[in-house]
Amino acid sequence: MSTNNLLGPLWLSVQLAGITTIVLMIVATPIAWWLARTVSRWKPVVQATVALPIVLPPTVMGFYLLIILGPSGAIGHWWVELTGNALTFSFAGLVIASCLYSLPFAVQPLAAAFESLGNASLEAAWTLGASRLDAFFAVALPLSVRGYLSAIVLSFAHTLGEFGVVLMVGGNIPGETRVISIAIYDQVESLNYSAAHQLSALLLVVAFIALFGMFFINRRWRQR
Amino acid sequence: MSADSRIRIRYELKRDDFALDVDLRLPMRGITGVYGPSGSGKTSLLRCIAGLEKPTSGKLIVAGDVWQDSSASIWRAVHERDIGYVFQEPRLFGHLDVRSNIEFGLRRREHERAPDMQHIVSLLGLERLLQRRTDELSGGEAQRIAIARALLCAPRFVLMDEPLASLDQARKDEILPFLDRLHAEAEVPIIYVSHNIDEVGRLCDYLVVMDHGRVVADGDLQSVLVRMDVPSLAGAHAGSVIQGQAQAYDERDDLTRLRFSGGDIWVPGRAAGNADTLRLRIRASDVSLCRSMPEQSTILNIIPATVETIQAEHGPSMLVRLVLGTDRIVARVTRRSVRELDLKAGDKVYAQIKSVAVRRQ
Repeated sequence: MSTNNLLGPLWLSVQLAGITTIVLMIVATPIAWWLARTVSRWKPVVQATVALPIVLPPTVMGFYLLIILGPSGAIGHWWVELTGNALTFSFAGLVIASCLYSLPFAVQPLAAAFESLGNASLEAAWTLGASRLDAFFAVALPLSVRGYLSAIVLSFAHTLGEFGVVLMVGGNIPGETRVISIAIYDQVESLNYSAAHQLSALLLVVAFIALFGMFFINRRWRQR
Repeated sequence: MSADSRIRIRYELKRDDFALDVDLRLPMRGITGVYGPSGSGKTSLLRCIAGLEKPTSGKLIVAGDVWQDSSASIWRAVHERDIGYVFQEPRLFGHLDVRSNIEFGLRRREHERAPDMQHIVSLLGLERLLQRRTDELSGGEAQRIAIARALLCAPRFVLMDEPLASLDQARKDEILPFLDRLHAEAEVPIIYVSHNIDEVGRLCDYLVVMDHGRVVADGDLQSVLVRMDVPSLAGAHAGSVIQGQAQAYDERDDLTRLRFSGGDIWVPGRAAGNADTLRLRIRASDVSLCRSMPEQSTILNIIPATVETIQAEHGPSMLVRLVLGTDRIVARVTRRSVRELDLKAGDKVYAQIKSVAVRRQ
């Protein structure tokens, strides 16, 4: 099998995981901050909603997303009017689906980090003239850096290994939605085991390096 | 220009298990102690002043500037109040070194006149700690840095919430001299919360006593300390503070003679240079009374005094407030002694003062 057939799906997966992770850090931060600090009685509702993708079969999520993102769905319709393209079976649609699918893996480590941060440092920062936003960026964020590391690696790795949702929402379009997990499935379906081996080994190595990197850096920080 | 250069505080805060109700005018100079048993509302008061807590209704006017007024919907957020806050724990920022911690507020507040970093760093003895990481500090060092950090944002006043309470005695003794220096040299007023009467007697000029969310006494330190009707100032904490001028040092016996309004008093060691004003803390349990001048006694300080009031305590003892010149001190004696000596208000007696804690003013 050609290098292009091997690296194309990997590169697409990495792009998808990378963009999803960046979007998730921006989206998950305020959600996690709210969850860590609120005393609202709506907190368990939001917690449960955010955690849903962990328990739902990817096909269930994928099915609902297919409907919502489809040209006649709530978001898909609006997207078609805005850009002229459909969201389903497109890379943009995959990013949206992945963000929802990996949301708990970003929110939960961040919420845990913000919770353990507590109020003490923030109050100190406020009394030293820092506004709420300033105190977040100058104190809360750097003190939660390990939570961010976990959130980044988990979101990235989880998106990298996503299959069911992609299949439902994205299909199997080379260069657009044919990510590495789909490519592996495709090769196995056509009994092309050697290509499936190569792709699988590649994903295994990338996933291991990402997780190893996280635990290694985490340990170094703990020792400091 | 407003003539009122005081801090005007009116707070009402109601919670399920606690209520705060205070109406105070505090001086904007020196150190004001807020003293009371734990749970009396000292910390809540401080947090309200800082804006960390919002009272049910309240007003805070700092030298004419309205910082909050619930009736006019005026509210300054914490970071808009020109204060420094020293918490019970240092609360240093772990991701910053000592220097960046101290400069945190310096860079965020607007200053008419930039605070003198060098001066504050040397005042608190931090020269050699500036490059350290915060996890390489002792508890005492960390708290000194927290104090410097609060001073360096050039506040109108500094709020200190039991800054020594989380430290052991050795660390307290390490920091207290720095607070003495702060008292003597820094111009910024301090509101100092404490449940330790010795700290209050040593550091403060003005005293507010709180109990169950209310102010039970406030005024000059010396006059409040001898208020025997305030339960938290009686009992084991009873005592008084007087001021005296150093007169002479006796090298042979290593004693210094001080003059105060009621006469002369000898204190151990070389207390200070001539004419320096010193602060003397005298515990009630270190004062005993005689009807006549004792002929021979090992007690050096025997001073004529007049009984002002006598108050019963729990158990066998009574508190006697004495007038010496224009000063007042408190003595603890047994009920039996009061009966046998037939002590009553207006009597002339001799106060024997066994020991005195001396602080430079």
